[in-house]
This record gives sequence, C-alpha cells and structure tokens, in this order.
Amino acid sequence: MSTETPTLTKKDFQSDQEVRWCPGCGDYAILSALQTVLPQLGLPKEKFVVISGIGCSSRIPYYVDTYGFHSIHGRAPGLATGLKLARPDLQVWIATGDGDAMSIGGNHLIQILRRNVGVKILLFNNRIYGLTKGQYSPTSEIGKRTKSSPYGSLDNPFNPLALALGSGATFVARSVDIYLKHLRETLHRAAEHEGTAFIEIYQNCNIFNDHAFSYMTAKDLRDDQTLYLEHGEPLVFGKEKDRGIRLVGTELEVVRFGDGLSAEDCLTWDEAAANPTLAFMMAQMAPPEMPTPIGVLRAVEAPAYHQQVVEQIEDEVEARGPGRLQDLLYSGELWKVGEDGAVSTVDPHTA
Amino acid sequence: MSIEASESTETRKKSVVTERVAEVVIRFAGDSGDGMQLTGGQLTNTSALLGNDLATLPDFPAEIRAPAGTLPGVSAFQVRIANYDIHTPGDAPDVLVAMNPAALKKSLEDLKANGILIVNTDEFKARNLKKAGYEVNPLEDHSLDGYRVYQVGLSTMTRRTLEDSPLDSRSRDRCKNFFALGMVYWLYSRPLDTTVRWLETKFAKKPDVARANIRVMKAGYNYCDITQAFQTRYEVEAAHLPAGTYRNVMGNAALSIGLVAASRRSGLPLFLGSYPITPASDILHELSRFKHFGVTTFQAEDEIAAICSAIGASYGGALAVTATSGPGLALKAEALGLAVMVELPLVVVNVQRGGPSTGLPTKTEQADLLQAMFGRNGECPIPIVSASSPADAFDAAMEACRIAIRYMVPVILLSDGYIANGSEPWRLPEIEDLPDLRLDFHTDGEDFMPYQRDEKTLARPWVVPGTPGLEHRVGGLEKDHLTGDVSYEAENHEKMIHLRAEKVARVADSIPDVEVDGDARGDLLVLGWGSTLGAITGAVNVARQEGLRVSRAHLRHLNPFPKNLGDVLGAFDKVLVPEMNLGQLAFILRAKYLVDVISFSKVQGKPFFRSDILNKIKELEGGIDVH
Repeated sequence: MSTETPTLTKKDFQSDQEVRWCPGCGDYAILSALQTVLPQLGLPKEKFVVISGIGCSSRIPYYVDTYGFHSIHGRAPGLATGLKLARPDLQVWIATGDGDAMSIGGNHLIQILRRNVGVKILLFNNRIYGLTKGQYSPTSEIGKRTKSSPYGSLDNPFNPLALALGSGATFVARSVDIYLKHLRETLHRAAEHEGTAFIEIYQNCNIFNDHAFSYMTAKDLRDDQTLYLEHGEPLVFGKEKDRGIRLVGTELEVVRFGDGLSAEDCLTWDEAAANPTLAFMMAQMAPPEMPTPIGVLRAVEAPAYHQQVVEQIEDEVEARGPGRLQDLLYSGELWKVGEDGAVSTVDPHTA
Repeated sequence: MSIEASESTETRKKSVVTERVAEVVIRFAGDSGDGMQLTGGQLTNTSALLGNDLATLPDFPAEIRAPAGTLPGVSAFQVRIANYDIHTPGDAPDVLVAMNPAALKKSLEDLKANGILIVNTDEFKARNLKKAGYEVNPLEDHSLDGYRVYQVGLSTMTRRTLEDSPLDSRSRDRCKNFFALGMVYWLYSRPLDTTVRWLETKFAKKPDVARANIRVMKAGYNYCDITQAFQTRYEVEAAHLPAGTYRNVMGNAALSIGLVAASRRSGLPLFLGSYPITPASDILHELSRFKHFGVTTFQAEDEIAAICSAIGASYGGALAVTATSGPGLALKAEALGLAVMVELPLVVVNVQRGGPSTGLPTKTEQADLLQAMFGRNGECPIPIVSASSPADAFDAAMEACRIAIRYMVPVILLSDGYIANGSEPWRLPEIEDLPDLRLDFHTDGEDFMPYQRDEKTLARPWVVPGTPGLEHRVGGLEKDHLTGDVSYEAENHEKMIHLRAEKVARVADSIPDVEVDGDARGDLLVLGWGSTLGAITGAVNVARQEGLRVSRAHLRHLNPFPKNLGDVLGAFDKVLVPEMNLGQLAFILRAKYLVDVISFSKVQGKPFFRSDILNKIKELEGGIDVH
C-alpha cells in the first residue's frame, strides 16, 4: 500500500447528492466544517466512514463523499463499535442529534463513551425534534411549548456534556455551528483523540426552534456570554477580557477584574486533569448568571477499547499459536470406530 | 478396567448375574446444587468412549439456586445409552437416581414400571418431605411398590468415606453425587477411569477435591460390589456406528465450532456481537475462548446494540453473527430490516425457548418460526435455516454462513433449548470435506454501482470501507436499484421489493431437494423441522417395525423451502407435521402449497416423546393396511 497520501481538498469530500436541509439550517455549517477538516487529517478518503442514526443531522453521511452508513434511530454507536472492532484502520465518525443520541439511543451513547471506542461523535444539539416536525427533545428547556407539549414540557433536560463526563468520556468538547473557526479546530482535536471523542455542537433549527442559542451567539452578546476554554490559560471572558471564573469553595463564580482582582485570581483551565470534577462543574455553567463554556472540557489519555480488543487477540495468537480448525474439531475425549466396528480411544494430538 | 475397584470381592461377585441390554435410560435428579448435570455428563462421556450411541436431555430450573429441597429447585439430567443408532434421550427412564424427596416427586411419574429407583435416604427427613409436599414418607407407605427401590444413605456413606479427608464437611458432602455415579457405573458395567482422568484434570489445582471425589465414586462402586444390593448388573455393548472419529458434543458448542469453521473456510474473520440470554449464552462463552482463531466477541449493552455491532462488523468485511433467543430476536427486528435493506451478510442465531415474553427460559420450544419468517415491518424476507440435533448444529451454522455471504443477506439460524443443551456423539468431518466458502471483496471501480447485482444470485457487491475509489453510502432508506442512492420513486420501490424477495427465493437454487426416507409416495408422510428429528425418526422406525408404511422427511431450509417440497407433499394422502408450537410450519405449508397438512402440537417446554408421535401415527393409520 502506498504511503503517499494525495493532497485532498474540501471538494473531494462533497458527494454528488443534493443537500436537503431547510435553507438557513445550522447543519450546513457543520457539514462544511467536516468537509474542510477531513482532507486535512492525512488519511486517504476511503479510510473515513461516517455513520448516523435517524434525524435531520443523520442525513449527513449522504453528503460526505467517503464511506457512509445511515442506520436506524439511536443505534449508530452499535454499528460504529462493530465496525471499529472489525476495522481499527478506519476513522469512524458518528453524526447524531439530541433525540437520536439522548432519547432513543441514550443507552448506546453512554456505553460507547464508557468503553472508549475510537470513534468521533458529533452531537448536533438543536433542542428540538426537527425531522418529526417540532416536538420537544431531551435537551429542550422545561416549559417548552411545542406540538406535543402545548402546555409546556415537564421533562427535565439532559445536560449532554455532564452526561458524557459522567459516562467516563475521555474527550468532551462543545462548539457552535456558526463559530466556524472554533468548530473546525474542535473537530481537529477530536480527530486526533485515540478514544471516544464527544463534541456537543449547538445547532440552530431555524424552523422549529429558531434563536435557541441567540442568547450567546448574537453578535452583540457573543463575547460577554461565551467562555472559550483554552488549556493552560486562565478562564477569562468578556469583550474587554475584564471578567473571569474562579473557584470559591465548591462553587464557580464570575469575578469582575479590578479592586485587586485580575486574571491571576481565575482558574487556569486544565483539560487533562485526571479528576473530572472541574470539567463537570464547567459543564453545569449556564446563563444567565454564567457564560456558556465552549472548547475542550476534557481530554485525557486512556486505553482505547478497539486497541485492547485487538491486543487481546494478538496476545492469544502469540501465546497459543494461530488456532487450527483441525485442533478445534478434534478436541476433548475422542474415540474411533473402525470399519469393523471396533471402538478405541484417540489421543487428540494424533487425531 | 484399570481401576482396582473390586478385586477382593471376586468370589462374592459370582452370585450376581450380568445381563446384556440393548439400551438404558438413566435419569439423575436432585437439587440444583447437587451437581446432577455434571454427574450425567460424566456418565455420558464414559459411555461415549465405550462406543455407545447416546442422547441426553438436561432439565434445569431457570433460577440458579432455587430454595434447596423444593420442587422448583430440582435439576435433572437424562441420558439414553444404546448399542444401536438412537435419536432421542428416551421417553421414560429405566433408572432414576433421586437425591431428595422433591427430585423423587418430580420424576417418579416418568419412571418405567418396575424401574430401578435409587434414593438417598439421608434426605428423606420430615423437613424435606414437607418441602416436597409429601404428607407421608413415600419410602414407608408402599407407594413405591411398583419399582425396584434401593435405599442408600448416600450422604452418610460419603461422609464416612471421607472421614480423614482434609476437606471441610460442606465440601465433603458435595461429593455425594459421585457416590451415586459410582453405583451407576457398577450397575451398568462402566469403567471409572474416564471420570478419574476428568477429575484429575479439572481439579489439578485442588488435588484434595479430586481425590475426595474419586474416593467417593470408588466407594459407590464398591458398595454395590460388596453389599450385592443388586442381583443383576447390566451391559450395554458398543453401537455399530459408522466408521470415523467421534466426540460427544452439545448443540451450542457444535454451533460455535461451525461458525469458526465457516470463518476459516471463507477467510473472513469471525465477529460475534451478543447479549447474554438463556439458552444462547453458551455460544458467546464458547466463542470468547477462541481468540487465537482471530475471533472477536463483543458483549454488547443490549440485543439491539449486539445486532447493530454485527452489522457494523459485516460492513467492515467480517463474518458477522449475533446469537440470541426469542425475546432477543424481537428486539433485533428493526435492525434485521436494516440488514435486509443494506444487503449485508449476517447470521442471527435464535436458540428458541418457551415463550411468549420471558416465558420458560430454560425450556425448549419451536414457536419462533413465524417470528423469524414475518416478524419485521415492511416486506422483509430473510432466509431461515434450522438445526435438527446437537451435532447437526455444526452443519447448520456453516450453511447459514454460506447463504449469508453468497447472497449478501441476513440469515436466521433456528436452534432450540433441547439442541443447545443436549448432546450426542458427533462423527467429525474431514476439514477438506467442509464447504469452500472463499470469496473476494469487490474492488473494481469500473462502472461500479453499489446495488448492481450478480445475475445468478442477485447479490450486490460486497465493498468494504477502505477500498479506494468505491466510496458510497448505504442506509435504511429505500435505494435506487442500481446506484443505491436514496430513492422515493414509486416504481423503483416496487422493483426493490421484488428484487429483495426474488434474491431470497433464489437461495432455493443452491439447496438440495428434501429427501424422503421411505416410500416416495404413499399414505402418510411425517414432516418435521428442527429438534423433533429424533422423536420423529424413532417413531417412524418403530411404526415400520410394526408393519405400518410411513415415510418421513425433515427440513433444513424453512425459507425458502427446497424446490421439490410441493411435489413431495402432493405425493402423500396425509402429511403429519409434529411441532413444539401450535402449528407454525403447518400454517406456512398450508398457505404456500394449499395442502391440508395435519398439525400435531406439543407445547410443554419439553421435547416430543417418541411415543407421542408413534401414537399419532397409529391413530392416523390405524384403519389401514397393517402387514
């Protein structure tokens, strides 16, 4: 096999299929980011597989010109796990939505995260069911009025980042559909991670849940409402970089600089911390009192499941030698019946 | 005999008569903690090495340890040992070993009149009698007068034998099943050395345990020798089995080995994605030990993830399997539809158990045929293959794999609890005689279209990710019949519905005709599938010996059927279809061939007795021409 990887461009990852999302959908930006990042990863394009479940976001495999599998509702993690175990050489991406990943596929999501299978998961979170035309989702806020909750939804929403951290995820990040550069950088980071990489992407559904994230994405609010997490840097935000986050007791709080307070009083972000407690607290930060964190909450090294599965097989082959079918069949207590009907016992090693 | 069992009593032994018998059915019954499965297994192995033909029937509760001494806690193992070709574990035991009152109560009704009954009197105390629901001790009220009863204090004798053993008293008491086994070995003239060897290997790291069990087994053997409790000993000579090398095998083990064999013969690595479920879990256990064969086993979080992981592995180019039982198959239904839609090879093993719902997890049934056939949304045809005996599960597994990879289709392989946990001698095949399943993935980019089909099989090309230039997308949405692109076009949908059905129908081109055993036409055909094979064969053989003209046929392929099946059905005035369900095969046969087959049901979680089917044959044929 050639070790030369031809130079690929975004165009190489655009399929001939007509993209059929609603005009103005946040999915376009995410698709574009993925098509931009994949050619930069140094792998030939046949090595990529995009797997999805059901929902608007799950149409993405059809539009990326690699191998792709549009499966059934909530089950992409199962398919991806089987594929990665069978073919560790492939780079496998999952595209999923808040309903697909956290409702019908909730169990599969936490299982793939705890196992740390080498798969990248893009969770398109628009806090609504889009493809079924506008019911509340497992990330919709309490009181959400939708077609299926005319008096307001009563369900407490999931916090995807907290769920991922609680499941033992080794890479957890958040980005936003329209933060193009940040999204591309985050996808890059996920691609480099050996275990399961989980990215929650805030994605606007302009038809059924428009402006769901405007509180932080609107141009005039963005700088004051978004906290960019950067490894090794103090947690500082605001248009004038005049605010930050510090830890007081077991609570995070916003501090305004001045009066003797400065960036030096803020937490320095450590995405690689062995203890996920601070990442968990970061995941809980929510408006209006707190800015919304984006970036990498957690990136720790841990053995990847698929590698361990392969190693176990390799170790056994080495220890016992490659299995011979003859030995497998002719094992246990054997006996021989001769042409004359005589019965004799047989040593398996000579059978 | 290599074990110095009874030399010293040579003189006394002369008054004991040895009688040759053609066969014997022995049942061990006790508490689920009494080691009955193990005891029966040892008698089976020992007899296999003597060249007997064998069939076994384990019967254990769904609970791991139901309360000791109670009826639900009874675990039993029946083995039939014969000097001729047999097909079932026997209708009624000749010998019953009852380790406690509950075991006696549960099994006594099956014991043959005047049968041998060995009871452990130590357990027949007021408390245990009450637990088993006995008002009066059956050993004292003459209710057992119709049997040859041998009252033995198995626990006392075991304790006495192990007085100087370093084991604690609990561990000593656990050896008592070997006292019973020793007695049965004496009674049926079996050597002890196979079990001695097994104990020494099994407890290589606990030599005290091995030694204790061996001593107790010999004590049981010598007890019979010295006390002359039995006036008659029996011998069952070797059966005249076809020449070859044999081993004893259980159904789940044979099935697992068949999957590995298919992997080797196809050159595809084996992947099993599975979720534990009775009685299929042993397939996961077996295959997880075969890592040096390159086998990947994945214990998924649920049945759905299990099948989805297998579909993912198949997409990547593995020989992919998921194994389950009825409730699990229900959960896999949607993913099975996906496999049909994306046209990838997959083998779904369903080891059937009593249903519906949780039903009877440890008992056998054949009531998932219609689920396998129809249990999915949309027009969703799937080939169905069935195993008919423990050893046959090997061939059935290879056949399921063959169809899956040749036709690019998911295949359901039906086994059942009776096959899974039963065992029989397996005449081992020569490796070079096994089917050649080699194949090449499609790599040619010229005019490549993901759904362009092989003209003969209608299989689409198997292109695995990583193949340069052939990048394409698959999924559960309807496909264009050539490009595989999503298509909502009306005529294309209907065309694809027909193509998927036709592809499955064409499997019939590569399967053999169903063979009729006996006259090719006549009055009565007994037609079966799956684990009823033994009982049907036995019943038909006896009916013929009694002068009835009865033919017999058994189906390996349930979808599609062999091409000649319609003609075969038409060649008989009556077709009797015994099934452990309410007539599911009969239903399909009636629908497909418009033949008024006679359904014969037994749905008790237990296999048919030979006599059940024989009586039905006599009922049908009673009025006619008996020679």
